[in-house]
Amino acid sequence: MLNRTIAPPIKDAVEFELVLPPYQKHTLKNGIEVYMVDLGNVDAMMINWIFDAGNSYEKKHGVAAAVSSLLKNGTSKRSAFQINEHFEYYGAYLNRSSQHETAEITLHCLNKYVAELLPVVAELVTDSVFPQEELDIYKKNSQQRLQVSLKKSDFVAGRLIEAYLYGEEHPYGKYSRMEDYQQLQREDLVDFYNAFYQKGACRIIVSGKLPADLVSLLDRWFGELPLRVPGGQPPSFPIKPAGGPRKYNVVNDPNGVQGSIRIARNFPNRHHPDFQRVQVLNNVFGGYFGSRLMANIREEKGYTYGIYSYLMNNIQESGLMISTEAGKEVCAAAIQEVYNEMESLRDEPIDDEELQMARNFAIGTVLGDLDGPFHVAGRWKNIILNGLGSDYFEKSIEIVKTITPEELQALAKTYLNPEDFYELVVV
Amino acid sequence: MVVVNVLYDVGARDEDPKRTGFAHLFEHLMFGGSVNIEDFETPLQLAGGENNAYTTNDFTNYYIQLPAENIETAFWLESDRMLSLAFSEKSLEVQRKVVMEEFKEHYINKPYGDVWFKMREMVYKKHPYRWMTIGSELSHIEEARLEDVKNFFFKYYRPVNAILVVAGKVTVQQARQLAEKWFGDIAAGEKYERDLPAEPAQKEARKMEVTADVPLDALYKCYPMASRTEKGYYTADLITEVLGGGASSRLFQSLVKEKKLFSQIECYHTGSVDPGLVVVEGKLIKGVSLEDADAAVVEQLELLKAAPITEEELTKIKNKTESAIVFEDMSVMNRANSLAIYELLGDVNMMNTELGKYQAVTAEEILEASRRLFDVKNSNTLYYRSEKKS
Repeated sequence: MLNRTIAPPIKDAVEFELVLPPYQKHTLKNGIEVYMVDLGNVDAMMINWIFDAGNSYEKKHGVAAAVSSLLKNGTSKRSAFQINEHFEYYGAYLNRSSQHETAEITLHCLNKYVAELLPVVAELVTDSVFPQEELDIYKKNSQQRLQVSLKKSDFVAGRLIEAYLYGEEHPYGKYSRMEDYQQLQREDLVDFYNAFYQKGACRIIVSGKLPADLVSLLDRWFGELPLRVPGGQPPSFPIKPAGGPRKYNVVNDPNGVQGSIRIARNFPNRHHPDFQRVQVLNNVFGGYFGSRLMANIREEKGYTYGIYSYLMNNIQESGLMISTEAGKEVCAAAIQEVYNEMESLRDEPIDDEELQMARNFAIGTVLGDLDGPFHVAGRWKNIILNGLGSDYFEKSIEIVKTITPEELQALAKTYLNPEDFYELVVV
Repeated sequence: MVVVNVLYDVGARDEDPKRTGFAHLFEHLMFGGSVNIEDFETPLQLAGGENNAYTTNDFTNYYIQLPAENIETAFWLESDRMLSLAFSEKSLEVQRKVVMEEFKEHYINKPYGDVWFKMREMVYKKHPYRWMTIGSELSHIEEARLEDVKNFFFKYYRPVNAILVVAGKVTVQQARQLAEKWFGDIAAGEKYERDLPAEPAQKEARKMEVTADVPLDALYKCYPMASRTEKGYYTADLITEVLGGGASSRLFQSLVKEKKLFSQIECYHTGSVDPGLVVVEGKLIKGVSLEDADAAVVEQLELLKAAPITEEELTKIKNKTESAIVFEDMSVMNRANSLAIYELLGDVNMMNTELGKYQAVTAEEILEASRRLFDVKNSNTLYYRSEKKS
């Protein structure tokens, strides 16, 4: 007879050997570095062109995002429609995104069509013309989208909390306003594009089951462009956190039935020795479904559909953020419970089973990622863009496996003090 | 890594109209402990696993991903909750609240959040797709009792109504042996025979208007389409690609870029097992009237009914479909999920034949299907007006 009350034996996380599959590095004729993660068994790939062209480099609000968005809306040879049609005809996805330091072009395609697609990506990097009509449509539609977003408490809360942490002038704290879209001029876009794309600093990350001729194709289409190799430190700006009382209540919609709660503090970047350690502490605190915040505020009290805490993905300076949406009438109680959980992490060491659970969860997540070429490339991207050593991954695993309850308690005493946090509720 | 996926053949369409949202609430309760295992999450997390679940109008799916070495933990957990739940009053009480917050977060505290409650009621007069998976109102969730939970479990959550998929780094022999060991002695139960009212054919165009505190006017149009296993499903899927799949699609190019009537527009279908809906939805540029925007959409649909799409357009949407399938299948979790759904539909081999079915569709078939699909008598139109006059 099967005894269902006894759990089957498990292999413990600390016994798993985790190795981040390496990349191969090639250098194109112009010096541009290509990182290649050759993994998987499906004839498909992802290519990331990563430019130093985030909003840190713009002189006027919203220019970096507008350039990124309109990059594929016209070259001297093709209209926006023809460009879109070209990529879609080959079943490819061409996405653009713009962050604080970097802006990326991402291509997902089947291997068999890559030769048809690269020349047009090169055309976008060298010959985008930003037609006035496309810019006008972008300005109008973005403003309309912003109007809808501004009705959502979670969107409003997300903007405000970052402004408190870094200041409204910092690339991490500034946000788009209606008038920013209004003021965008075609010349601003063209100048930014010339400086940061056409002659910009770029690196390329390729992942998937890679065909043998890929390097020569990349060399052919990108190896002769006047691109630069990214160098030196990423730009750094003065951080000016909001002064005065750190508690904010904002009424965005008087009829709202939930409050968007954000509780956050500034936190050092990935080079700080505590960063990876606090990631483990954060797992226990609010980093996954089994975390204390989730167990208490969702699974015990039912105040919310979900609550998470995380270290923000910033290069210059991170932040530790707690984020949830809770019923209007239970917001105050939910916030109090967040502070109670901080207190208990400061006051008592984490017991062994809970720590083991957090370790094993972290290892399991990494294991899951290591199967797929795109996830592996994503981990390398993070390491490369943050200027971290190639042993960063191993160090991080080592910390997950060996950190002690005492160390975690000491970290909690340093980093989980309510007086260091901004507290915001947007209804 | 391995994935253990258990799909139960019960969804929101099987609910009592007076107790909607129950299948989804029940999904939450599946994590509240089972007869021999007090806590579902802890042992799974100790084993380095991740899990989640989702409920649709058609079915409920649970999946666990964990290191291959710890696969047995997933069998132990999934089989015990199939054997029986703990039926804890506390879990019900908490999850009622959690689901009510989920309801508020997604459908009340959001502009346009109530659209699909209204739209489904307009389109479905008989079929239980007329309510949302989350439920038609908060009070239904509030009123759920433990007795309902037990009845629901023993009616639907029996092995005979379940599909188990094991995927990843595991052999067939190992999977079979573990399935026998952990699921083999659970009584199969009685097959739930679904007998849902079919939706009668629509005979005339329907229209509805709503005014709410939203920044922009929005237009929603729905047309009933084929069920998941009919040939018409594949044609309708491709038609939504022609109209709304990406920045080179017809609606985007013509109505956002050229005529500048919409700031955004989409076309998609609900993809349900029983006959679903092709949907066009968009937000209007300020100053454009809903009537004009509607007429412009209809004009595009008429073009699709007037002449076959070009060979190039046909190749494009087929290439896009191939690509979408390849990228989706790269994840073991997605593959496990798809296998379970195909088995639910009656033929697990659809995993291998789907692409071929799309590739067989001709431009003539798309023309004919568009004529049937976009017959004005099949249209359901919702004007969602912004009450602020600015």
